[in-house]
Amino acid sequence: MYLNKMLGQGARSLAKLLNVLMAFAGGASAQDLTVSAAASLTDAFRALGQQFEKDHSGSKVVFNFAASDVLLRQIAEGAPVDVFASADIKAMDSAAAQSAINVGTRANFAANRLVFVLPGNRATKLSALADLQQPGLRQIAISQPAAVPVGRYAKAALDEAKLWSALEDKFIYTQNVRQSLDYVARGEVDGGFVYATDAALMRDKVKVAFEIATPLPAIYPIAVTRRSTQPKLAQQFVDLVKSPAGQQILTHYGFLKP
Amino acid sequence: MPALNDALTPLLLTLKVAGCATLIAFVFAVLWAHVLTHYRVMGREIIDSIFTLPMVLPPTVLGYYLLVLVGRRSPIGSWLEDTLGIRLVFTWQGAALAASIVAFPLIYKAARAAIEDVEHQLEKAARLLGASETKVFFRVTLPLAWRGILAGTMLAFARAMGEFGATLMIAGSIPGKTQTMSIAIYEAVQAGRDDLANFLVLVTSVVCVAVLLASGKLLRPRML
Repeated sequence: MYLNKMLGQGARSLAKLLNVLMAFAGGASAQDLTVSAAASLTDAFRALGQQFEKDHSGSKVVFNFAASDVLLRQIAEGAPVDVFASADIKAMDSAAAQSAINVGTRANFAANRLVFVLPGNRATKLSALADLQQPGLRQIAISQPAAVPVGRYAKAALDEAKLWSALEDKFIYTQNVRQSLDYVARGEVDGGFVYATDAALMRDKVKVAFEIATPLPAIYPIAVTRRSTQPKLAQQFVDLVKSPAGQQILTHYGFLKP
Repeated sequence: MPALNDALTPLLLTLKVAGCATLIAFVFAVLWAHVLTHYRVMGREIIDSIFTLPMVLPPTVLGYYLLVLVGRRSPIGSWLEDTLGIRLVFTWQGAALAASIVAFPLIYKAARAAIEDVEHQLEKAARLLGASETKVFFRVTLPLAWRGILAGTMLAFARAMGEFGATLMIAGSIPGKTQTMSIAIYEAVQAGRDDLANFLVLVTSVVCVAVLLASGKLLRPRML
Protein backbone atom coordinates (compact mmCIF):
# COMPACT_ATOMS: atom_id res chain seq x y z
CA MET A 1 0.00 0.00 0.00
CA TYR A 2 2.60 2.46 1.19
CA LEU A 3 4.95 1.45 -1.57
CA ASN A 4 2.16 1.94 -4.09
CA LYS A 5 1.53 5.45 -2.84
CA MET A 6 5.19 6.28 -2.93
CA LEU A 7 5.56 4.98 -6.47
CA GLY A 8 2.48 6.90 -7.55
CA GLN A 9 3.85 10.09 -6.08
CA GLY A 10 7.22 9.44 -7.63
CA ALA A 11 5.66 8.89 -11.05
CA ARG A 12 3.57 12.04 -10.70
CA SER A 13 6.48 14.25 -9.76
CA LEU A 14 8.57 12.74 -12.53
CA ALA A 15 5.77 13.48 -15.00
CA LYS A 16 5.56 17.05 -13.71
CA LEU A 17 9.28 17.54 -14.06
CA LEU A 18 9.19 16.18 -17.60
CA ASN A 19 6.31 18.50 -18.46
CA VAL A 20 8.30 21.48 -17.26
CA LEU A 21 11.31 20.35 -19.28
CA MET A 22 9.17 19.81 -22.37
CA ALA A 23 7.72 23.29 -22.05
CA PHE A 24 11.27 24.60 -22.07
CA ALA A 25 12.06 22.53 -25.10
CA GLY A 26 9.04 23.98 -26.88
CA GLY A 27 6.46 21.21 -26.62
CA ALA A 28 2.82 21.62 -27.66
CA SER A 29 0.55 24.01 -25.74
CA ALA A 30 -2.89 25.57 -26.26
CA GLN A 31 -1.86 28.32 -28.71
CA ASP A 32 -0.03 25.85 -30.92
CA LEU A 33 -1.14 25.19 -34.45
CA THR A 34 -0.23 21.74 -35.72
CA VAL A 35 0.39 21.56 -39.45
CA SER A 36 0.83 18.20 -41.20
CA ALA A 37 2.55 18.80 -44.51
CA ALA A 38 4.07 16.67 -47.29
CA ALA A 39 7.80 16.04 -46.86
CA SER A 40 8.64 18.06 -49.98
CA LEU A 41 7.17 21.15 -48.30
CA THR A 42 9.54 20.93 -45.31
CA ASP A 43 11.74 23.96 -45.95
CA ALA A 44 9.13 26.24 -47.52
CA PHE A 45 6.64 25.55 -44.71
CA ARG A 46 9.23 26.15 -41.99
CA ALA A 47 9.73 29.60 -43.50
CA LEU A 48 5.96 30.09 -43.71
CA GLY A 49 5.67 29.05 -40.06
CA GLN A 50 8.18 31.69 -39.02
CA GLN A 51 6.24 34.28 -40.99
CA PHE A 52 2.99 33.17 -39.32
CA GLU A 53 4.49 33.38 -35.83
CA LYS A 54 5.71 36.88 -36.63
CA ASP A 55 2.22 37.93 -37.78
CA HIS A 56 0.40 36.25 -34.89
CA SER A 57 2.43 36.86 -31.75
CA GLY A 58 1.80 34.30 -29.02
CA SER A 59 0.97 31.49 -31.38
CA LYS A 60 3.35 28.77 -32.38
CA VAL A 61 3.32 26.53 -35.43
CA VAL A 62 4.29 22.90 -34.90
CA PHE A 63 5.06 20.89 -38.02
CA ASN A 64 4.68 17.23 -38.82
CA PHE A 65 6.36 16.34 -42.11
CA ALA A 66 5.95 12.94 -43.79
CA ALA A 67 4.55 11.27 -46.90
CA SER A 68 1.04 12.61 -47.62
CA ASP A 69 -0.73 9.27 -47.18
CA VAL A 70 0.96 8.71 -43.82
CA LEU A 71 -0.21 12.14 -42.66
CA LEU A 72 -3.69 11.42 -43.95
CA ARG A 73 -3.79 8.18 -42.00
CA GLN A 74 -2.71 9.90 -38.80
CA ILE A 75 -5.43 12.54 -39.24
CA ALA A 76 -8.08 9.94 -40.09
CA GLU A 77 -7.11 8.01 -36.93
CA GLY A 78 -7.70 11.13 -34.85
CA ALA A 79 -4.28 12.81 -34.59
CA PRO A 80 -4.69 16.37 -33.23
CA VAL A 81 -3.82 18.19 -36.45
CA ASP A 82 -5.20 21.59 -37.55
CA VAL A 83 -3.98 21.94 -41.14
CA PHE A 84 -3.26 19.30 -43.78
CA ALA A 85 -1.19 20.04 -46.90
CA SER A 86 -0.68 17.12 -49.27
CA ALA A 87 1.47 16.66 -52.37
CA ASP A 88 -1.27 15.36 -54.61
CA ILE A 89 -4.98 15.65 -55.25
CA LYS A 90 -5.55 11.97 -54.52
CA ALA A 91 -4.46 12.16 -50.86
CA MET A 92 -6.67 15.23 -50.30
CA ASP A 93 -9.58 13.57 -52.12
CA SER A 94 -9.41 10.57 -49.82
CA ALA A 95 -9.15 12.93 -46.84
CA ALA A 96 -12.38 14.52 -48.05
CA ALA A 97 -13.96 11.10 -48.64
CA GLN A 98 -13.16 10.16 -45.02
CA SER A 99 -14.52 13.54 -43.86
CA ALA A 100 -11.16 14.29 -42.30
CA ILE A 101 -11.07 17.84 -43.67
CA ASN A 102 -13.40 20.81 -43.83
CA VAL A 103 -14.08 20.78 -47.58
CA GLY A 104 -15.01 24.48 -47.69
CA THR A 105 -11.45 25.44 -46.70
CA ARG A 106 -9.75 23.35 -49.40
CA ALA A 107 -7.57 25.12 -51.98
CA ASN A 108 -4.70 24.35 -54.34
CA PHE A 109 -1.75 26.51 -53.39
CA ALA A 110 1.32 25.31 -55.31
CA ALA A 111 2.65 23.06 -58.06
CA ASN A 112 5.89 21.21 -58.61
CA ARG A 113 7.83 19.35 -61.29
CA LEU A 114 9.13 15.79 -61.21
CA VAL A 115 12.80 15.34 -62.08
CA PHE A 116 15.32 12.52 -62.24
CA VAL A 117 18.49 13.22 -60.25
CA LEU A 118 21.94 11.65 -60.22
CA PRO A 119 24.68 11.77 -57.58
CA GLY A 120 26.75 14.92 -58.21
CA ASN A 121 29.94 13.07 -59.12
CA ARG A 122 28.35 10.73 -61.68
CA ALA A 123 29.23 11.29 -65.33
CA THR A 124 26.28 9.28 -66.72
CA LYS A 125 24.46 10.96 -69.61
CA LEU A 126 20.69 10.61 -69.41
CA SER A 127 18.03 12.60 -71.16
CA ALA A 128 14.79 10.60 -71.09
CA LEU A 129 13.00 7.89 -69.13
CA ALA A 130 14.02 5.24 -71.68
CA ASP A 131 17.69 5.91 -70.80
CA LEU A 132 17.04 4.51 -67.32
CA GLN A 133 17.30 1.04 -68.86
CA GLN A 134 21.07 1.51 -69.24
CA PRO A 135 22.84 -1.31 -67.37
CA GLY A 136 25.13 1.21 -65.66
CA LEU A 137 22.14 2.45 -63.72
CA ARG A 138 21.71 -0.37 -61.26
CA GLN A 139 19.65 1.06 -58.44
CA ILE A 140 17.04 3.78 -58.61
CA ALA A 141 15.34 5.37 -55.61
CA ILE A 142 11.60 5.78 -55.96
CA SER A 143 9.13 6.59 -53.22
CA GLN A 144 6.60 3.88 -52.43
CA PRO A 145 3.76 4.56 -54.92
CA ALA A 146 1.22 3.02 -52.53
CA ALA A 147 1.79 5.72 -49.92
CA VAL A 148 3.78 8.61 -51.38
CA PRO A 149 2.57 11.08 -54.05
CA VAL A 150 5.99 11.54 -55.68
CA GLY A 151 6.09 7.76 -56.14
CA ARG A 152 2.64 7.88 -57.72
CA TYR A 153 3.70 10.63 -60.16
CA ALA A 154 6.80 8.65 -61.12
CA LYS A 155 4.88 5.41 -61.51
CA ALA A 156 2.21 7.10 -63.65
CA ALA A 157 4.91 8.52 -65.94
CA LEU A 158 6.69 5.16 -66.17
CA ASP A 159 3.42 3.33 -66.80
CA GLU A 160 2.61 5.74 -69.59
CA ALA A 161 6.04 5.15 -71.13
CA LYS A 162 5.52 1.38 -70.61
CA LEU A 163 8.77 1.18 -68.66
CA TRP A 164 7.59 0.25 -65.16
CA SER A 165 8.03 -3.52 -65.42
CA ALA A 166 11.34 -3.20 -67.29
CA LEU A 167 12.78 -1.05 -64.50
CA GLU A 168 11.07 -2.62 -61.49
CA ASP A 169 14.12 -4.69 -60.51
CA LYS A 170 16.20 -1.54 -60.08
CA PHE A 171 13.87 0.20 -57.67
CA ILE A 172 14.77 0.93 -54.07
CA TYR A 173 11.52 2.00 -52.41
CA THR A 174 11.66 4.89 -49.97
CA GLN A 175 9.29 6.26 -47.34
CA ASN A 176 9.23 9.81 -48.68
CA VAL A 177 10.85 12.05 -51.27
CA ARG A 178 13.54 13.29 -48.88
CA GLN A 179 14.75 9.76 -48.28
CA SER A 180 15.17 9.27 -52.04
CA LEU A 181 17.07 12.56 -52.18
CA ASP A 182 19.31 11.46 -49.30
CA TYR A 183 20.13 8.10 -50.93
CA VAL A 184 21.09 9.86 -54.19
CA ALA A 185 23.14 12.51 -52.37
CA ARG A 186 25.04 9.77 -50.49
CA GLY A 187 25.64 7.92 -53.76
CA GLU A 188 24.01 4.77 -52.38
CA VAL A 189 21.78 4.63 -55.46
CA ASP A 190 22.58 5.60 -59.04
CA GLY A 191 19.64 7.94 -59.41
CA GLY A 192 16.19 8.77 -58.11
CA PHE A 193 12.85 10.46 -58.66
CA VAL A 194 12.39 13.68 -56.68
CA TYR A 195 10.73 17.06 -57.12
CA ALA A 196 12.61 19.94 -58.72
CA THR A 197 12.31 21.79 -55.39
CA ASP A 198 14.10 18.96 -53.53
CA ALA A 199 16.88 18.74 -56.10
CA ALA A 200 17.44 22.50 -55.76
CA LEU A 201 18.06 22.10 -52.02
CA MET A 202 21.05 19.82 -52.63
CA ARG A 203 22.56 21.43 -55.70
CA ASP A 204 26.06 20.63 -54.45
CA LYS A 205 25.40 16.90 -54.08
CA VAL A 206 22.89 15.95 -56.76
CA LYS A 207 22.37 17.02 -60.35
CA VAL A 208 19.18 17.02 -62.37
CA ALA A 209 19.43 14.72 -65.40
CA PHE A 210 16.06 15.57 -66.96
CA GLU A 211 12.57 16.72 -66.18
CA ILE A 212 9.68 14.27 -66.43
CA ALA A 213 6.30 15.20 -67.85
CA THR A 214 3.74 13.58 -65.54
CA PRO A 215 0.28 12.52 -66.80
CA LEU A 216 -1.20 14.44 -63.86
CA PRO A 217 0.35 17.75 -62.82
CA ALA A 218 1.95 17.74 -59.34
CA ILE A 219 -0.41 19.99 -57.41
CA TYR A 220 -0.48 20.73 -53.68
CA PRO A 221 -3.85 21.16 -51.95
CA ILE A 222 -4.30 22.47 -48.39
CA ALA A 223 -7.27 22.36 -46.00
CA VAL A 224 -8.28 22.84 -42.37
CA THR A 225 -9.03 19.51 -40.69
CA ARG A 226 -12.53 18.81 -39.48
CA ARG A 227 -11.35 18.10 -35.93
CA SER A 228 -9.19 21.21 -35.57
CA THR A 229 -9.68 22.72 -32.11
CA GLN A 230 -8.79 26.19 -33.42
CA PRO A 231 -10.26 26.38 -36.94
CA LYS A 232 -9.96 30.20 -37.02
CA LEU A 233 -6.21 30.17 -36.46
CA ALA A 234 -5.90 27.25 -38.87
CA GLN A 235 -7.78 29.19 -41.55
CA GLN A 236 -5.44 32.13 -40.99
CA PHE A 237 -2.49 29.85 -41.70
CA VAL A 238 -4.17 28.62 -44.90
CA ASP A 239 -4.82 32.26 -45.86
CA LEU A 240 -1.16 33.10 -45.33
CA VAL A 241 -0.12 30.24 -47.62
CA LYS A 242 -2.44 31.57 -50.35
CA SER A 243 -1.54 35.24 -49.81
CA PRO A 244 1.01 37.05 -52.02
CA ALA A 245 3.51 36.99 -49.11
CA GLY A 246 3.08 33.24 -48.70
CA GLN A 247 3.25 32.62 -52.44
CA GLN A 248 6.48 34.61 -52.57
CA ILE A 249 8.04 32.28 -49.98
CA LEU A 250 6.90 29.24 -51.98
CA THR A 251 8.30 30.72 -55.19
CA HIS A 252 11.58 31.36 -53.40
CA TYR A 253 11.81 27.60 -52.72
CA GLY A 254 11.08 26.83 -56.37
CA PHE A 255 7.37 26.00 -56.21
CA LEU A 256 5.15 27.03 -59.10
CA LYS A 257 1.66 28.53 -59.14
CA PRO A 258 -1.02 25.81 -59.19
CA MET B 1 -8.23 -10.73 -48.72
CA PRO B 2 -4.45 -10.91 -48.56
CA ALA B 3 -3.01 -13.87 -50.40
CA LEU B 4 -0.90 -16.38 -48.50
CA ASN B 5 2.00 -15.43 -50.75
CA ASP B 6 1.93 -11.85 -49.41
CA ALA B 7 2.90 -13.23 -46.02
CA LEU B 8 5.00 -16.18 -47.13
CA THR B 9 7.61 -14.18 -49.05
CA PRO B 10 8.41 -11.76 -46.21
CA LEU B 11 8.17 -14.57 -43.64
CA LEU B 12 10.70 -16.76 -45.46
CA LEU B 13 12.97 -13.78 -45.97
CA THR B 14 12.66 -12.89 -42.29
CA LEU B 15 13.58 -16.45 -41.31
CA LYS B 16 16.56 -16.38 -43.68
CA VAL B 17 17.80 -13.02 -42.40
CA ALA B 18 17.19 -13.86 -38.74
CA GLY B 19 18.71 -17.34 -39.15
CA CYS B 20 21.92 -16.03 -40.72
CA ALA B 21 22.09 -13.16 -38.25
CA THR B 22 21.70 -15.51 -35.29
CA LEU B 23 24.34 -17.87 -36.64
CA ILE B 24 26.88 -15.07 -37.10
CA ALA B 25 26.05 -13.56 -33.72
CA PHE B 26 26.22 -17.01 -32.08
CA VAL B 27 29.73 -17.81 -33.29
CA PHE B 28 31.17 -14.44 -32.33
CA ALA B 29 29.26 -14.11 -29.05
CA VAL B 30 30.18 -17.57 -27.70
CA LEU B 31 33.79 -17.16 -28.77
CA TRP B 32 34.13 -13.79 -27.11
CA ALA B 33 32.23 -14.89 -23.99
CA HIS B 34 34.70 -17.77 -23.68
CA VAL B 35 37.75 -15.59 -24.28
CA LEU B 36 36.64 -12.86 -21.88
CA THR B 37 35.76 -15.37 -19.15
CA HIS B 38 38.87 -17.54 -19.36
CA TYR B 39 41.65 -15.24 -20.46
CA ARG B 40 43.06 -12.02 -19.11
CA VAL B 41 42.30 -9.50 -21.83
CA MET B 42 43.37 -5.87 -21.78
CA GLY B 43 40.40 -3.54 -21.26
CA ARG B 44 37.95 -6.35 -20.53
CA GLU B 45 35.40 -4.00 -19.00
CA ILE B 46 35.46 -1.70 -22.01
CA ILE B 47 35.08 -4.57 -24.47
CA ASP B 48 32.21 -5.90 -22.36
CA SER B 49 30.34 -2.60 -22.49
CA ILE B 50 30.95 -2.17 -26.24
CA PHE B 51 29.49 -5.66 -26.79
CA THR B 52 26.42 -4.74 -24.76
CA LEU B 53 25.97 -1.39 -26.52
CA PRO B 54 23.68 -2.60 -29.35
CA MET B 55 21.14 -3.56 -26.68
CA VAL B 56 20.96 0.01 -25.40
CA LEU B 57 21.57 2.13 -28.50
CA PRO B 58 18.49 3.08 -30.54
CA PRO B 59 18.36 0.95 -33.71
CA THR B 60 18.38 4.13 -35.80
CA VAL B 61 21.78 5.00 -34.35
CA LEU B 62 23.09 1.56 -35.32
CA GLY B 63 21.50 1.91 -38.76
CA TYR B 64 23.18 5.25 -39.28
CA TYR B 65 26.57 3.93 -38.12
CA LEU B 66 26.22 1.03 -40.54
CA LEU B 67 25.12 3.23 -43.44
CA VAL B 68 28.13 5.50 -42.90
CA LEU B 69 30.53 2.59 -42.26
CA VAL B 70 29.63 0.20 -45.07
CA GLY B 71 27.99 2.63 -47.52
CA ARG B 72 29.37 3.01 -51.03
CA ARG B 73 31.29 6.17 -50.19
CA SER B 74 33.01 4.74 -47.12
CA PRO B 75 36.45 3.10 -47.37
CA ILE B 76 35.10 -0.22 -46.04
CA GLY B 77 32.04 -0.17 -48.28
CA SER B 78 33.93 0.64 -51.47
CA TRP B 79 36.63 -1.91 -50.65
CA LEU B 80 34.00 -4.63 -50.13
CA GLU B 81 32.32 -3.74 -53.40
CA ASP B 82 35.45 -3.32 -55.53
CA THR B 83 37.46 -6.31 -54.36
CA LEU B 84 34.91 -8.83 -53.13
CA GLY B 85 31.85 -7.65 -55.04
CA ILE B 86 29.83 -7.56 -51.82
CA ARG B 87 27.25 -4.85 -51.37
CA LEU B 88 25.65 -4.49 -47.99
CA VAL B 89 23.41 -1.49 -48.54
CA PHE B 90 20.01 -2.51 -49.96
CA THR B 91 20.74 -6.24 -49.83
CA TRP B 92 19.52 -9.01 -47.53
CA GLN B 93 23.11 -9.49 -46.40
CA GLY B 94 22.98 -5.93 -45.07
CA ALA B 95 19.75 -6.74 -43.24
CA ALA B 96 21.43 -9.82 -41.77
CA LEU B 97 24.42 -7.73 -40.66
CA ALA B 98 22.14 -5.23 -38.93
CA ALA B 99 20.13 -7.97 -37.26
CA SER B 100 23.24 -9.85 -36.13
CA ILE B 101 24.62 -6.75 -34.43
CA VAL B 102 21.32 -6.16 -32.65
CA ALA B 103 21.07 -9.82 -31.64
CA PHE B 104 24.70 -10.19 -30.55
CA PRO B 105 24.42 -8.88 -26.96
CA LEU B 106 21.57 -11.26 -26.13
CA ILE B 107 23.71 -14.32 -26.90
CA TYR B 108 26.85 -12.75 -25.50
CA LYS B 109 25.27 -11.91 -22.13
CA ALA B 110 23.64 -15.32 -21.81
CA ALA B 111 26.80 -17.14 -22.88
CA ARG B 112 28.97 -15.23 -20.43
CA ALA B 113 26.67 -15.97 -17.53
CA ALA B 114 26.40 -19.63 -18.54
CA ILE B 115 30.14 -20.10 -19.05
CA GLU B 116 30.94 -18.37 -15.77
CA ASP B 117 28.52 -20.74 -14.03
CA VAL B 118 30.41 -23.84 -15.14
CA GLU B 119 32.30 -25.46 -12.24
CA HIS B 120 35.91 -24.46 -12.70
CA GLN B 121 36.95 -27.63 -10.91
CA LEU B 122 35.63 -29.70 -13.80
CA GLU B 123 37.59 -27.65 -16.34
CA LYS B 124 40.69 -27.95 -14.17
CA ALA B 125 40.24 -31.70 -13.87
CA ALA B 126 40.02 -32.02 -17.65
CA ARG B 127 43.20 -30.00 -18.01
CA LEU B 128 44.96 -32.21 -15.45
CA LEU B 129 43.91 -35.22 -17.46
CA GLY B 130 45.79 -33.73 -20.39
CA ALA B 131 43.04 -32.13 -22.48
CA SER B 132 44.02 -29.12 -24.58
CA GLU B 133 42.28 -25.75 -24.02
CA THR B 134 40.20 -26.24 -27.19
CA LYS B 135 39.21 -29.72 -26.06
CA VAL B 136 38.28 -28.45 -22.58
CA PHE B 137 36.08 -25.79 -24.16
CA PHE B 138 34.28 -28.13 -26.55
CA ARG B 139 34.08 -31.22 -24.31
CA VAL B 140 33.50 -29.67 -20.87
CA THR B 141 32.58 -25.97 -20.87
CA LEU B 142 30.22 -25.91 -23.84
CA PRO B 143 28.20 -29.03 -22.93
CA LEU B 144 27.67 -27.69 -19.41
CA ALA B 145 26.75 -24.18 -20.55
CA TRP B 146 24.73 -24.98 -23.67
CA ARG B 147 21.29 -24.61 -22.09
CA GLY B 148 21.90 -21.01 -21.07
CA ILE B 149 23.55 -20.23 -24.39
CA LEU B 150 20.66 -21.76 -26.30
CA ALA B 151 18.10 -19.75 -24.33
CA GLY B 152 20.01 -16.56 -25.19
CA THR B 153 20.20 -17.69 -28.82
CA MET B 154 16.43 -18.16 -29.00
CA LEU B 155 15.90 -14.65 -27.66
CA ALA B 156 18.46 -13.34 -30.14
CA PHE B 157 16.60 -15.07 -32.97
CA ALA B 158 13.32 -13.49 -31.87
CA ARG B 159 15.01 -10.09 -31.63
CA ALA B 160 16.58 -10.51 -35.07
CA MET B 161 13.17 -11.36 -36.51
CA GLY B 162 11.69 -8.17 -35.12
CA GLU B 163 14.57 -5.90 -36.19
CA PHE B 164 13.18 -2.81 -37.88
CA GLY B 165 14.99 0.50 -37.46
CA ALA B 166 18.53 -0.41 -38.44
CA THR B 167 17.29 -2.75 -41.19
CA LEU B 168 15.11 -0.11 -42.80
CA MET B 169 18.02 2.33 -42.86
CA ILE B 170 20.62 0.03 -44.35
CA ALA B 171 18.57 -2.47 -46.36
CA GLY B 172 15.57 -0.40 -47.35
CA SER B 173 12.30 -2.03 -48.28
CA ILE B 174 12.57 -4.06 -51.47
CA PRO B 175 9.78 -6.65 -51.78
CA GLY B 176 11.22 -10.16 -51.92
CA LYS B 177 14.77 -8.95 -51.30
CA THR B 178 14.95 -6.91 -48.10
CA GLN B 179 11.33 -6.46 -47.08
CA THR B 180 11.17 -8.46 -43.85
CA MET B 181 7.98 -9.00 -41.86
CA SER B 182 8.33 -5.95 -39.65
CA ILE B 183 8.98 -3.71 -42.67
CA ALA B 184 6.17 -5.31 -44.69
CA ILE B 185 3.81 -4.54 -41.80
CA TYR B 186 4.96 -0.92 -41.66
CA GLU B 187 4.47 -0.54 -45.41
CA ALA B 188 1.05 -2.19 -45.31
CA VAL B 189 -0.10 0.21 -42.60
CA GLN B 190 1.30 3.21 -44.48
CA ALA B 191 -0.45 2.18 -47.65
CA GLY B 192 -3.70 1.73 -45.72
CA ARG B 193 -3.86 -2.02 -46.38
CA ASP B 194 -5.18 -2.98 -42.97
CA ASP B 195 -6.24 -6.47 -44.04
CA LEU B 196 -2.69 -7.34 -45.07
CA ALA B 197 -1.27 -5.67 -41.94
CA ASN B 198 -3.61 -7.68 -39.69
CA PHE B 199 -2.62 -10.90 -41.39
CA LEU B 200 1.12 -10.20 -41.16
CA VAL B 201 0.82 -9.10 -37.54
CA LEU B 202 -0.99 -12.31 -36.67
CA VAL B 203 1.60 -14.51 -38.39
CA THR B 204 4.47 -12.65 -36.69
CA SER B 205 2.84 -12.90 -33.27
CA VAL B 206 2.31 -16.65 -33.64
CA VAL B 207 5.92 -17.24 -34.72
CA CYS B 208 7.28 -15.11 -31.86
CA VAL B 209 5.12 -16.85 -29.26
CA ALA B 210 6.37 -20.20 -30.57
CA VAL B 211 9.98 -19.05 -30.22
CA LEU B 212 9.38 -17.80 -26.67
CA LEU B 213 7.62 -21.04 -25.67
CA ALA B 214 10.50 -23.08 -27.03
CA SER B 215 13.09 -20.99 -25.22
CA GLY B 216 11.05 -21.21 -22.02
CA LYS B 217 11.05 -24.99 -22.27
CA LEU B 218 14.80 -24.99 -22.69
CA LEU B 219 15.31 -22.75 -19.69
CA ARG B 220 13.04 -24.45 -17.18
CA PRO B 221 15.02 -27.51 -16.06
CA ARG B 222 17.97 -25.26 -15.29
CA MET B 223 15.92 -23.01 -13.05
CA LEU B 224 14.92 -25.90 -10.77
